Amino acid sequence: MLNVGKIEEGFVLDHIQAGKSMDIYEHLGLDKMDCTVAIIKNARSKIMGKKDILKVECDIETLDLDVLAFIDHNITINVIKNGEIVEKRVLALPKEVRNVIRCHNPRCITSIEQGLPHIFVLADEEKEIYRCKYCEEKYSGKEFRK
Amino acid sequence: MRHLMSPLDFSVEELDQLFDLASDIEHTPEKYAHTCEGKILATCFYEPSTRTRLSFESAMTRLGGKVIGFADANSSSAAKGESVSDTIRVVSCYADICAMRHPKEGAPMVAATKSLIPVINAGDGGHQHPTQTLTDLMTIRSLNGKLGDFTIGLCGDLKFGRTVHSLINALVRYEGIRFVFISPQELRVPDYITDMLCEKGIPYTEEIRLETVMPDLDLLYMTRVQKERFFNEEDYVRLKDFYILDKAKLSLAKENMLVLHPLPRVNEISVDVDEDPRAAYFKQAQYGVYVRMALILTLLGLAK
Repeated sequence: MLNVGKIEEGFVLDHIQAGKSMDIYEHLGLDKMDCTVAIIKNARSKIMGKKDILKVECDIETLDLDVLAFIDHNITINVIKNGEIVEKRVLALPKEVRNVIRCHNPRCITSIEQGLPHIFVLADEEKEIYRCKYCEEKYSGKEFRK
Repeated sequence: MRHLMSPLDFSVEELDQLFDLASDIEHTPEKYAHTCEGKILATCFYEPSTRTRLSFESAMTRLGGKVIGFADANSSSAAKGESVSDTIRVVSCYADICAMRHPKEGAPMVAATKSLIPVINAGDGGHQHPTQTLTDLMTIRSLNGKLGDFTIGLCGDLKFGRTVHSLINALVRYEGIRFVFISPQELRVPDYITDMLCEKGIPYTEEIRLETVMPDLDLLYMTRVQKERFFNEEDYVRLKDFYILDKAKLSLAKENMLVLHPLPRVNEISVDVDEDPRAAYFKQAQYGVYVRMALILTLLGLAK
């Protein structure tokens, strides 16, 4: 089994659905940040069978937790200081997400109006359904994890 | 400052106040003939519309105000590529209130976020048409006596008809309403609406033939069934007459049932029904003016 060393300062995103770590890497903008990132794919998991893990050496406050919760609120976040877990954060679905996904309704005003943010508002927490603020086009957070 | 984007923007109590005002306007129009003197309504219509635009213009004119605007995108700066955000900023300098119709869904909402004046959504694509819903509610309240405790049949294209979806969403806030959805299988009401009715415990039934349920209805809301919505010609030919209201079908209805239609009517209501006292669709257009007058006064803060 491959071993990746501990990080001293930063955070670990655990219980990422297997195969989705690169999507999360991109959505969180980690590709643009000057920090050490370890991407572990298909790690063994008692609960999930297989899972992905991201280890990131940077301040947790640089992370957009709303984006992460929208993508998958089952991910657990372990905050690391001096090599130890000092906090576990639980994610909740954000009430609103901005410019994370684009509205694909060709009849939506976002398709022609320049500079308009793509805003989705939580409409049904149980079913994880978001709707475009402008045209109410439905988007399920679950679709991302398919 | 308030805008109107969806019929649900107003609470039931606020709608009651609006309809009370519209009713007062209906009965004493002279009281309101000068209430908007010095005020200007901008009608920004990015796609053609006859009834809605004229209804707004009539409403403002009857209130003593003036109207400016454009009737299609080609005669506006949109043809030069101007954004909705920029247009409304400019219109805010020229007018006191704006009614906007746009083929893109959500355009009036974008306008509302940038506007310095109240914006009324006068129809945005297949999304919302709140003043039509307010008109429908006002008509039902005026002619039926109250909003609640009735069985309403909605007939025709229940899948794509935005007026129908909007009306259902508005009516579920009132007590004692039973829905009967009359449509071909291809055009049945979407699942999210029936799911919502189930969740709220609101009774509904679905039927294919209008005659079957006609005697049960207190109100019948007709919409057009378009040929192009069917998957095959055979089904269209087989079913099209089910959804045409004529004298024979109306003879099965209660004596005080009301027939509503958002108009324009093509052939889904036979012209020989027009003279029947139960035909309320032209009165509906009249109530549309009263309710728009009340809305303009309310959003301008001139309602007493």
